[in-house]
Amino acid sequence: MKKLHFLEVEGNTKGFYTFLGIFGLISLIGVLAAYYMEHHGHYVTGMSNQVVWGTPHVFAIFLIVAASGALNVASISSVFAKTAYKPLARLSGMLAMALLAGGLVVLLLDLGRPDRLIVAMTRFNFVSIFTWNIFLYTGFMGIVAIYLWTMMDRPYNNLTKKAGMVAFIWRLILTTGTGSIFGFLISREAYDTALLAPMFIIMSFSFGLAFFMLVLMASYKYTDRPLGDYVINRLKNLLGVFVAAVLYFVIVYHITNLYSADHRGVSIFVLSAGGIYTFLFWVVQIGLGTVLPLFLLYGPTGKNRTMIGLASLLIIIGALAQLYIIIIGGQAYPMVMFPGMEVSSSFYDGVVASYAPSLPEVLLGLGGVGVTLLLVTIAVAALKFLPASLADEVVDPHAK
Amino acid sequence: MTSKIEKEDLSRRNFVFGSIAAAGLTVAPGVMLYQTANARDLSKPVSSKVRWGMLIDTTKDVDWNKCVEACVKEHGLGNEEHSRADQRTQYIRVVDVKNKTTGYSMSLPVMCQHCEKPPCVDVCPTGASMKREDGIVLVDRHRCIGCRYCMMACPYKARSFVHETLTDQKTTTPRGKGCVESCNMCVNRVDNGQLPACVEVSEGAIVFGDLNDPESDISRLLAKHGGKQIRADLKLNPGVQYQGI
Repeated sequence: MKKLHFLEVEGNTKGFYTFLGIFGLISLIGVLAAYYMEHHGHYVTGMSNQVVWGTPHVFAIFLIVAASGALNVASISSVFAKTAYKPLARLSGMLAMALLAGGLVVLLLDLGRPDRLIVAMTRFNFVSIFTWNIFLYTGFMGIVAIYLWTMMDRPYNNLTKKAGMVAFIWRLILTTGTGSIFGFLISREAYDTALLAPMFIIMSFSFGLAFFMLVLMASYKYTDRPLGDYVINRLKNLLGVFVAAVLYFVIVYHITNLYSADHRGVSIFVLSAGGIYTFLFWVVQIGLGTVLPLFLLYGPTGKNRTMIGLASLLIIIGALAQLYIIIIGGQAYPMVMFPGMEVSSSFYDGVVASYAPSLPEVLLGLGGVGVTLLLVTIAVAALKFLPASLADEVVDPHAK
Repeated sequence: MTSKIEKEDLSRRNFVFGSIAAAGLTVAPGVMLYQTANARDLSKPVSSKVRWGMLIDTTKDVDWNKCVEACVKEHGLGNEEHSRADQRTQYIRVVDVKNKTTGYSMSLPVMCQHCEKPPCVDVCPTGASMKREDGIVLVDRHRCIGCRYCMMACPYKARSFVHETLTDQKTTTPRGKGCVESCNMCVNRVDNGQLPACVEVSEGAIVFGDLNDPESDISRLLAKHGGKQIRADLKLNPGVQYQGI
C-alpha cells in the first residue's frame, strides 16, 4: 500500500472555471428566482394555504438530509476505524457542510420574510423543533469544521477519533430533528409518527452516499486522477444496503398506516388513489429510485462505473420523489376534522389540494444544489480535500 | 350596543369576578350576549383569570355566511388582487358536513379554535405564534418570519399566508405579505369591550364569554347543554366549542 497523498485541484484551469461558472450560474438563477418570489409574494408559486410547503422544501429537506448522510463515510473511517474509508473522510466532511449550506439557503430564501433572519436568530421558542434545528444546523457546521481541522492539521490528528464521534452523534440527532419536523405533527395523517425520525436517518444514509459517490466520481474523472475499483465497489455495496434499508422503512411505514383505521386513508391515497403521488411512488420512488438501482448495483452491471453513477443519480431522483410524496402529498391529502363524514367548504376542506410546482420554485431548489456544488468546487481547489490518487494500490490494504 | 357597554363603565375587578354578568342579566332582556364585553385597562397586562371562548349552536337556523362577511369587513380581508382562490386569506369559513350513511347534513363556521394547548404556538420558532393569557391565540406580525410551520401544525386548517403585497389594511388588523394570519377572536374589539364581529351578527347562535367565569352565559350554557370540540381526541381543549355537531 502506497502512501496517501492529498492535493488541491489545480484552480487555474479552463475546466475549473467552467465548473465554477456553471454552478455559479445555477446558484445565481436560484437567488434571482427567490428574489422574484419574495418581490411578488408567494402567489407566483404553486403553494397555497393548503399546500404551504412546496418544491423548495423538497430540495431543502433533501439537501439537509443528504448532508448528514454524506458525513457517514468520514464516520465509518473515524468512529468505526475502517481504514479503507480514511482517504475519503475529508471530502465526506466538506461535502456534508456544503450540502447543509445549500439546503439552508433554500429554506431561508423560501421564508415569507427572509429579511427577518435576525429575528429567527435572536428570538427563540425552545419548544419548537425548528428552534432546535437552528442550533443543530449551526452546531453541525461548527463540529464538522473542527472535525475537518483535526483531520487536515497533523498535530491534531490524534483528536480526529473524538471529533468524529461527536460529529457522528450530532448528525444522528440532527436527522432525528429533521424527521421530527414532520413526525411531531399530530394534525396530518401522513405525519404523526415517530417512525419518521429513524426513517429520515436511514434516508440520509442513502441520499448522502449517492450524492457523495457522484461528487467523488465526477471529481476524479474531470481532474484525471485515478479512482480504483476497490473504493468504488465498497461504496456501491454499502449504497445498495442503504437503499434496501430505506425500502424496509417505507414498507413498515405503510403497513403500520394500513393496519390502523385512522391512518389507513393516507397510505391508500399514496399507494393507489393519489394520482400523481401514486405515480411518483410506484414508478419513480420504487421503480426508478429503488429497484432499478439495486439491480444496477448488484446485478451483472455491478462493476460498470457508468452504471454505478447512473444508479446513484436514480437514487437521488427517487429521493426527491419520496420527499415530494411525504412533504407535498402529505399536505395535499385532506385533513380529517370530522372522521367518517363528507366535508366541503370554500377553504378546500375534504378535497385533495391541488399543487403544481412553479418554475421559480424549481429554480430556487436547483439553486440550492448549485450552491452546494459551487462550494465543493471552490473547496477542493482551495484546500487538500482530495487524495491525488485513489488507485487500488494506494487505498487497498491488500493490494500487492 | 357599544355605547351601552361603555355607559356601564364597570371596574375591571367587577368584570373579573363576573358580577356584571348578573347585573347585565337583570338589566334588560337581550343584553346577555354582551354581558362580558367590557373594555379592559390597556395599561395593564392581560389577565389569565379570564379565558375567552365561543359556543356555537349549529342547530340554529342562521346564515353563517353573515359571520364570514362580518369577519371580512372587520379585518379588511378579501383585498388580494393577484392571489388564486386557494391562496386568499380566510379567517372563518363555513364547513358543510354530511354523514354519507345516514344522509344527515349540517353547516358550521370554523375558525381558529383558540386551543388551550395550541400546536401552532408549540412549533413557532420565534414565538410569533402566541397565546395571550386570556386564551386568545394570535400571530405577532412583527415577529413572524413566514415559515408556515404553524400552518402545517394546525389541525383545523385555521391559518392563511399572505401571498402578496396588500394595501389599505385596517389599522386594527395589520396584515402584510409573507406573514401568517388567522382569526384573533377580534382581539381589538374584545379589548375595547366589544364582541367579536362574527358573534355580533350571529343572531345569538354564537355566544362569546369567559369560560373561567361559572356565572357567564357561555359557562352556564355549557354546564346545562354541554359542548363539543372538533377533534377532541387531540386533547387541545379549544376555546371554541359547538352544540349540535
